[in-house]
Amino acid sequence: MSSLLVSNLTVDHGAIRALSNVSFEVKQGEITAIIGANGAGKTTLLRTLSGLKSPSNGTVTWRERNILNKKPEDLVRRGISHVSEGKSVIPELSVHENLLMGGLWRRNRSDTNKAIAEAVELFPRLGERMEQSANTLSGGERQMLAIGRALVSRPKLLLLDEPSLGLAPLIIEQIFTVVQRLRKDMGMTVVLVEQNAVSALAVADTGVILNLGELIAAGDARYILADPALKSAYLGF
Amino acid sequence: MRELIGTLLIGITLGSIYSLMALALVLVWRSTRVINFAQAGQAILTTYIAYEIINRTGVFWLAILFAVVAGALLGAGIEYFLMRTLFRHADEGPVAAIAPVIATLGLLGIIRSVVGMIWGNEFRSIAPPVSTTGFVFNGQPLPFSMLNLVVIIGAAIVMIIFSFIFQKTDLGLSLRASAFQPEIARLAGIRVGPIRTIGWVFAGAAGAFAGVLVTPNDILSPNSLDVLLVFGFVAAVIGGLESLPGAVVGGLALGIGVALITNYISTVLVFPSVFIVLILSLILRPNGLIGSKRVRIA
Amino acid sequence: MHKLSTKKAFIAYALFGWALVLVADRVSELRVYQGATIAILTLAIASIILLTGYSGQVSLGHGAFLAIGAYGAAIAQSYWGSPFWFTFLIAILVSAAFGFILGFAAGRLSGPYIAGTTLALAVGLPTLANQFAFLGGETGLVYDAGSPPARFGEEFTLYKWFFWIAALVVLISIFLLRNLLNSRFGRNWKALRANPTAAALAGVNVASSKILAFTISAGVAGLAGALLGMISIVAPSAFPLSLSFTIITGAVLAGVTSLLGSMLGAVVLVVVPEIADAIAHRLGDSEKISTNLPGFIVSALLILTVLFSPNGPAEAMRKRREAHAKH
Repeated sequence: MSSLLVSNLTVDHGAIRALSNVSFEVKQGEITAIIGANGAGKTTLLRTLSGLKSPSNGTVTWRERNILNKKPEDLVRRGISHVSEGKSVIPELSVHENLLMGGLWRRNRSDTNKAIAEAVELFPRLGERMEQSANTLSGGERQMLAIGRALVSRPKLLLLDEPSLGLAPLIIEQIFTVVQRLRKDMGMTVVLVEQNAVSALAVADTGVILNLGELIAAGDARYILADPALKSAYLGF
Repeated sequence: MRELIGTLLIGITLGSIYSLMALALVLVWRSTRVINFAQAGQAILTTYIAYEIINRTGVFWLAILFAVVAGALLGAGIEYFLMRTLFRHADEGPVAAIAPVIATLGLLGIIRSVVGMIWGNEFRSIAPPVSTTGFVFNGQPLPFSMLNLVVIIGAAIVMIIFSFIFQKTDLGLSLRASAFQPEIARLAGIRVGPIRTIGWVFAGAAGAFAGVLVTPNDILSPNSLDVLLVFGFVAAVIGGLESLPGAVVGGLALGIGVALITNYISTVLVFPSVFIVLILSLILRPNGLIGSKRVRIA
Repeated sequence: MHKLSTKKAFIAYALFGWALVLVADRVSELRVYQGATIAILTLAIASIILLTGYSGQVSLGHGAFLAIGAYGAAIAQSYWGSPFWFTFLIAILVSAAFGFILGFAAGRLSGPYIAGTTLALAVGLPTLANQFAFLGGETGLVYDAGSPPARFGEEFTLYKWFFWIAALVVLISIFLLRNLLNSRFGRNWKALRANPTAAALAGVNVASSKILAFTISAGVAGLAGALLGMISIVAPSAFPLSLSFTIITGAVLAGVTSLLGSMLGAVVLVVVPEIADAIAHRLGDSEKISTNLPGFIVSALLILTVLFSPNGPAEAMRKRREAHAKH
């Protein structure tokens, strides 16, 4: 059963066409990896899905309801959480406050506290640093905090933008393990944008390759990983 | 010694008022990255409203209440109708970047001229609600009266309330998150738009409170709060513009600095002394008195 | 806006100046005085256009530089016996020196901090003059343009003399400014305003470029201040905080990137009080209305401009043309 249906999505940045007629589907409870070289349009795709950007054309439905041109704050209430690339953590706040942020919209402190406890269970390091300021965290810990914050919103659809960027292999492995657990234990639908194509495809069910705004291929992650012809598409050379 | 104490007390009184104004400016700066010069206009309008209430009812505290509520509503109105429109039309270009600030300058002019058109430019006064004679200490009067004490206590209460709201409540967390990183806050589900409006509401209320507190000792005219705006702004800058405690400390530091300079050097050196305090603080503590990690490069 | 060649522009300016002279002969004293005011405001606005429109820095207290220039010139004349025309040079140099210092500070501080400093300067500086006797206190210093030369005849009034001086000085200055803004310096400023990183990579020394802009802008403002001191007085009351706001308003109304617009802005600033007076008369001659209506109209214009064409009407029209061209 498909949950996220993207049809003919076209998104422009001023005069530049970032996404051109992209169509694919994301099945519920699966991890879909979006891969491609720099400038492929991956980040634009996520920002359009989470409401930060308006498309020029196309439709996107999540559980049969349109999610385009909606405010991000509203989509969070519909169960879509986006961990954006680079900084998704507020350094001036403490770890605890960053996590709390994800649950403010709920106005139910006890539910939020439970969600925070679950996030800490996935990322124990956060629990050790709860009252510390977020800018004392290492890169890997910040990424964990960002994902943790998104999880506090108890999303049904989790959008992750390059979680492995700039991180050491050991941390990357930890994070990807957690992503797999989310899918397995909570049945969460995950859209994982990555430049680290091999690692992403290894944990994903479905792979989508973008290049210069166009869809090159979409299908079973294992086949994409195995296909030498496609390798040049997502490696960029 | 007694002179020093008297001077310090005056400084703290002045400083409390500057802190309130600085708080209002920092609140809006933090939540919308705009320096709201119209704050002086909002405050003068609400002070005239208080003036009318006092003339009709003679009850000072009722007047303050009205002024604060009016200040809150006015702040909300300005944010909703003027500021949001401005941000929607967001352009590039040199003025577009500072367009909101210019707009607040224009708004200041409009409110001031409207106030002048309604009430006229002549000087009026608001009768102080409590005594303005100095307390007697060891048989000699201090330059510090009940009114000054009320001002200090009033300002302190406001700061404590704001502190509590900002640090201990969910609303405060939303305000801080929206101010630091609005995009991340939105992705976390915080409704940044209404939160910004609330920031302006608080600022408007704080500014209104300051305006009514500072006027009984002084004259009331359409331009009478301009000085307070400049001092409040300088206090905010000294405090670093980035933190509410900074605004408070900046205001107190400025107040004490001004009091010391005008008492020990010359009484008419008020404005230049403000400038000197500002320059000293920018040189000595470029990170603001509260020394946040961020340097003053935007 | 087509850029005229320097030679053609020179001719245009000269013709314009000659036209002004003819007009000055035919209008009343009041208009002549207003003409001088317009010229001075044009120059002051031009200094903001250089600073903000071109190099992208903000000064909320430019009135301070006008004051510095005026006082510099007056001191040169009163205490050092400088000839009148030489005092203009002093005004420029003294102001520029302060501008240099401030520009240096601006390099280390970001937007609101430099805005705050210039604001405090504008408020503090004139009141400083109240303190020191050699600065003339509240009544100010004497600054005398001298009487018009005898050969102009009896009919040549003092105000016409002011107008001639102001118009000549401003015309020359604007002409020079125009050349400066069209030169490599102007291009550098525009580049660094648009994208400092790119400009630096292209070889522009961002820091010294910005300081240069501040210095020149202050010098120009100082010259305007000297002229203002000439037609009014060199005293603190001639340089209130509202002067700074008036100049910024004029610059925004003018279209902050357009030098030509600076005259437009100045005209608006001078004409609006007239119109406001007329309206106030219609509304019943209330003093409350007549004193406050000019401020109301100017502020309303400012807000409308900032809302709908923040970079000036010229930019807005250009954008609309570009948008049409795309389709």
